[in-house]
Amino acid sequence: MGKKLVDALWGTTTRKIWTIFVGVLLVLGLLLKIPFVTDLLGISPVPPPHVALSGEPIFSDGPSWLTNSVLTTIIVDIILLLLAIVTRFSLKEVPSGLQNVMEAVIEALYGLAESVAGKNASKFFPWVATIFLFVIVSNWSGLIPGVGSIGFYHETEKHEEAVPAEGEEAPATEGEGHGYRLDNQLAMAGGSIILAAPEEAQTAVMAAESEHGKFVPLFRAPSADLNVTFALAIATMVMVQIWGVRFLGGSYFRKFFNLSGPNGFMKGINGFVGILELISEFARIIAFGFRLFGNIFAGEIVLATMAFLFAFLLPIPFYALEVFVGFVQALVFMMLALVFFQMSTISHGSHDEHH
Amino acid sequence: MEIDAAKQLGAALAMGLGAIGPGIGIGLIGSKAMEAMGRNPEAAGTIQTNMILAIAFAESIGIFALVIALLLKFV
Repeated sequence: MGKKLVDALWGTTTRKIWTIFVGVLLVLGLLLKIPFVTDLLGISPVPPPHVALSGEPIFSDGPSWLTNSVLTTIIVDIILLLLAIVTRFSLKEVPSGLQNVMEAVIEALYGLAESVAGKNASKFFPWVATIFLFVIVSNWSGLIPGVGSIGFYHETEKHEEAVPAEGEEAPATEGEGHGYRLDNQLAMAGGSIILAAPEEAQTAVMAAESEHGKFVPLFRAPSADLNVTFALAIATMVMVQIWGVRFLGGSYFRKFFNLSGPNGFMKGINGFVGILELISEFARIIAFGFRLFGNIFAGEIVLATMAFLFAFLLPIPFYALEVFVGFVQALVFMMLALVFFQMSTISHGSHDEHH
Repeated sequence: MEIDAAKQLGAALAMGLGAIGPGIGIGLIGSKAMEAMGRNPEAAGTIQTNMILAIAFAESIGIFALVIALLLKFV
């Protein structure tokens, strides 16, 4: 047993190199958690995750609509358009390379659409496939290294450089990494008197932060911004109404305003059900938007937290998880849109008759 | 109670209580899917896809709680 383990870790030259590499990473990761070492080396440890609910404007003096998530959305759009155009103009009888991949993706999506929507699949397919491709690329765009970690400090330029020496005197006030953060911030503020009580520390950090400026990433995954997911959700639910009117005509709205029934009591019940239907349309928008946003946003924070807890190796399994979650959420968004489209084409009154 | 302490408590409660329901739900979905796969191994592929979809729906409730907890803690 022991021999097996030694063989697995130290058997061949490649294994030796891997073992040494992993060991060095583990030791480095542990060392970076010790404040004394980081102060000695003059480097700052991995900062706590940067949490911002919505996209922030990239340039502090630029237009306020140009947020980091808008920039990434444009990049995602360009990637998708280029893929579509390149594939379109290099179509061949015998597919190869990129065309194979695209055909496989489109066929799989079409099969899925057909299994849910049957003969209406060809009408719904462009919508849901576009949603799927956009959502999956924007989910995965948040996993590219540099997205969310490359950015600017706003509002100040003068204290950009490394940590001054005063940082060493700073006692860590709180346990965990937050203490280092305080030290750094105060040192950056020019080594002001440090920290007697937590409240003072808090205000000192605020002052330091306002002097040092706020960190704003250059890129941000579009689906980690509530605006994008809500826009998708609203567009989808508007399309649901449009499909309903197209397939059922004006009688589609009888779902919402239904006062039929044999007696007054049933009329009241049906009217109330109509109100519930109306509310549920809006509830779907909210659930739709928050489901995608929550999954991707939470995933980003999990990754940032794991990198903060232990810089090396620990985030890798979570990366794999997030790749999977990004795919599943794109699939869920597409399936839900399909199911809602399909439901809106079925006359609601027909099953009420059975009761 | 101080406002910061209340925030921390609120975040912990939101996450902890919010994870109960989805946990039970995912467990039920998983157990039923296993049963179905045991009875009909040929259909394992479709069952698995549908199971993952259903789990994603149940999980999203937990994710709502997580978002609330993160908002309370960080914003």
